[in-house]
Amino acid sequence: MSVVLAPVDAPGAIGRVSPVAKLGAAVVLSVALLLSIDPVSAGVALVLEVLLLPFAGLSVRQLALRTLPLWIAAPSAVVATALYGRDEGAVLWQAWFVTVTEGSLDLALAIGLRILAVGIPGIVLFATTDPTDLADGLAQVLRLPARFVLGGLAGLRLVGLFVDDWRQLALARRARGVADGRGPVAATRRLAGQAFALLVLSVRRGSKLATAMEAKGFGSDAPRTWARPARWAWRDTVLLAIAVLVAAVAVTAAVLADAWELVLA
Amino acid sequence: MPDDARSPAASGTAGGAGGVRPGARVVAHGWGWRHAARHAHAVRGLDLVVEPGERVLLLGASGAGKSTLLAALAGVLGGDEEGDAEGTLTVDDREPADQRGRVGLVLQDPDSQVVLARVGDDVAFGCENLGVPRDEIWPRVDAALADVGLDLPRDHPTTQLSGGQQQRLALAGALALRPGLLLLDEPTANLDPAGVVEVRDAVARTAAATGTTLVVVEHRVSTWLPVVDRVVVLAAGGGVLADGRPDEVLVAQRDVLVDAGVWVPSVPAALPARRERPADAAPPAPLLRAVQLAVGRGGRRRPAVATGVDAVVREGTALVVTGPNGAGKSTVALTVAGLLAPVGGDLVADDALAAGAGPSPVRWRSRQLLTRVGTVFQHPEHQFLAPTVRRELAVGPEALGLPAEEVARRVDALLARLRLAHLAEANPFTLSGGEKRRLSVATVLATSPRVLVLDEPTFGQDARTWRELVALLGELLDEGAAIVAVSHDAEFVAAVADEVLDLAAHTVPLAERHAP
Amino acid sequence: MAVHTSAPSTTQGTVPTKRPSRRWRVVDIVVASVIGVASGVVFWAWGLAWTPLSGVLSFTPGLEGLLGGGWLFAAVLGGIVVRKPGAAVYTEVVAAVVSMLIGTQWGFSTLIWGVVEGLGAEIVFAIVGYRVWHLGVVLLAGAGAGVAVGLLDTTFSSIAAFALPYKLVYFFSSVVSGVVLAGVLPWLAMRGLARAGALDRFAAGRGAARV
Repeated sequence: MSVVLAPVDAPGAIGRVSPVAKLGAAVVLSVALLLSIDPVSAGVALVLEVLLLPFAGLSVRQLALRTLPLWIAAPSAVVATALYGRDEGAVLWQAWFVTVTEGSLDLALAIGLRILAVGIPGIVLFATTDPTDLADGLAQVLRLPARFVLGGLAGLRLVGLFVDDWRQLALARRARGVADGRGPVAATRRLAGQAFALLVLSVRRGSKLATAMEAKGFGSDAPRTWARPARWAWRDTVLLAIAVLVAAVAVTAAVLADAWELVLA
Repeated sequence: MPDDARSPAASGTAGGAGGVRPGARVVAHGWGWRHAARHAHAVRGLDLVVEPGERVLLLGASGAGKSTLLAALAGVLGGDEEGDAEGTLTVDDREPADQRGRVGLVLQDPDSQVVLARVGDDVAFGCENLGVPRDEIWPRVDAALADVGLDLPRDHPTTQLSGGQQQRLALAGALALRPGLLLLDEPTANLDPAGVVEVRDAVARTAAATGTTLVVVEHRVSTWLPVVDRVVVLAAGGGVLADGRPDEVLVAQRDVLVDAGVWVPSVPAALPARRERPADAAPPAPLLRAVQLAVGRGGRRRPAVATGVDAVVREGTALVVTGPNGAGKSTVALTVAGLLAPVGGDLVADDALAAGAGPSPVRWRSRQLLTRVGTVFQHPEHQFLAPTVRRELAVGPEALGLPAEEVARRVDALLARLRLAHLAEANPFTLSGGEKRRLSVATVLATSPRVLVLDEPTFGQDARTWRELVALLGELLDEGAAIVAVSHDAEFVAAVADEVLDLAAHTVPLAERHAP
Repeated sequence: MAVHTSAPSTTQGTVPTKRPSRRWRVVDIVVASVIGVASGVVFWAWGLAWTPLSGVLSFTPGLEGLLGGGWLFAAVLGGIVVRKPGAAVYTEVVAAVVSMLIGTQWGFSTLIWGVVEGLGAEIVFAIVGYRVWHLGVVLLAGAGAGVAVGLLDTTFSSIAAFALPYKLVYFFSSVVSGVVLAGVLPWLAMRGLARAGALDRFAAGRGAARV
């Protein structure tokens, strides 16, 4: 898990872009694409994103590894939508309550493309983001309250300890004689017990960490300085502009192709 | 250098032109505190004065309120919402809560004090909170890291630090605040001997260089005697029991301190009385053999942490595994206990132990392990499964399928033997450190395994729990159990071990190991 | 230099309660974050399991709404442990961010969903003025979050592409899932945490019998 969470040290320009800009870009793209389910907007956005991928600062292998959830989810969503989606147009196949129509196939394609188009920017942009830098950016650029941003960051940092604790908890259960049961019920009970024990340990550790942070002067309303400056530079504006452009092109293409369907309507 | 009104103007020099004196003065007058969630007061009627620059060692039985006092001095005890205060407690004549930057606090758990992911950022955290200007922060960070002897780059990940390094990091974070009062709450309890010395030396250097007032709470008196010039003993019911020069107080209060679990230097560690083995008796039967055992965390064909381990575990004898930090001692213990698969070589259980379950402990079913090999983990909290102590003790016997009366009988016997009867209905997580340790040992004994594996059993324990544990292990050895213990505690080795296995010769150097 | 007059020492039974303040302490922020992060990891795992599990439930499409509660419990658990305004939203957002950072198929929309789901629970807590914390309110908060995710999914996600009857099934199963997985489960978790002494610094830990 630390492999997946650890940010990649990107050599290119993307490494110097403010994490807040990356966040903004992901938001813009996602919101624009989520407003409609149609293959044109998702497809155009996807094509443009793929063209921009070489600038992402990730190797092919890293890219493949991190986008893995998408490659599993998109096909299954496509199948599900094709079988159960809203039916329109000619019926192509029917059995029981399952109907595959032209309309549902259309929708399936749109959904699949959208999953990829929305998922890829999020994953790729955050692969090169260090959580501490993101927190600095959120607090200094966006002026979010420092207590919450840094408190959240401290909580996030405790994740690394979860993995070791989980392993120890599993070994301890074997040592205590309760790790034998086969079958889903026994496995669920075991998992739930371990998860709860991990929760207890984590909350206790969080309380101790809070005390340590308070002892270092954190949490009062006194003005605070920042050791690592987070500034908004021209390349951040450029990234945001690119995202807006991609979103605009995708939406315009869909509207022009008469395929845009606002979900709220 | 810009003058920060909250800290001494220049590092290391006492007083500045009209600046704040480096050492803080502590005054407590009839002070008491009760946690909102408890009925009894944690501290009551405390009268104490600590002059600037004094170095105080605070002792007392657990429950005497030492940690509460330190937390209050640091201003982190929580406000009205969390409890009731009485009397007055001031640092430099002001409320501690108003003076957070003036007081530095280092706590017991190394990994619960690290705030940020990079070393430099973590040390700078305190300075940021106090509003120190940016161009002053990084020089302070570098100075603090140098003071504690942490020779690491600023972006070194904090997850890759040893316990001793993490404690020194916490100390550096406190020192970067340029505090007038430095509070240390059992800072070396969870460290190995090398780490203990590192932290103690770092504190000694700082105290000497800056004249900061120092208050240390610790069981290990001999470690801190060279550093402190005053000893204060708190009484369990409230108030101060003794207060004076170290040599005087340690002699005058020797019995009270020994009872409270303090390691009084003049009192030797008790050795367990072991039954003498008649000279002509047959050597004890072997139960487990390790043949060129290589251990690691990933199973076969994964990088090994230690290789070439040859050992025989015999009934009625204790084998203690020693070695420096990172030598792989815990991995060896877990492999011998049948919890991890050996990476190379063989771990063979003799028929006397296996009793039909097969020669390879890692292949035994979980239930089969219960009566053959019992494991006590380094952190007892990893082992707790049940909401009460009684149910916790019953987990093992119930997993074996024993009838209810037998389970109850065993549980009651263990509660009595390990003095846990008054805690039978308490939640295991709410026990004190020593009680948790006793409980984790008791749960293992409930199924009477023939081999007992203990991972750092005396870690972080005070002298009293240490004595009880050593005595208990002596009894178990006389009853015929075999013990495999991992420990860096030299006194424990001397008291218990029949055989010592030093892993230093078997460890695979870090450079040749890949990250797991 | 303030002199606090000592409160009358309690002989037994009641521990005098004080009106809790609305301001978040550092321990509130950190523990809410910890709960959020832990939940975020579970959410990520639940998201991976969602695809095969929803396949199992697909004999009636729309029933995968029953799985929706698995992403909602962070809001309610954070809300009833911290008991301050905004706790439910904050915890759910942290959980969403973490599961998003690890990598889910839903990408950034996870964050938007997290905000709305958190609001679903938060509204219930706000209606009772952050003063009432018994089981009924907790179940209602879980239902509120279930309503939120039901509405969101049937409008914006791939479920929106389903036919109307299936959408209704989905909506109602989301609410049921919210009550069970995001109502009963957080309640039990909070009680367990309090008994284990992990909530000593919280109002939620006051009820447990202590020595």
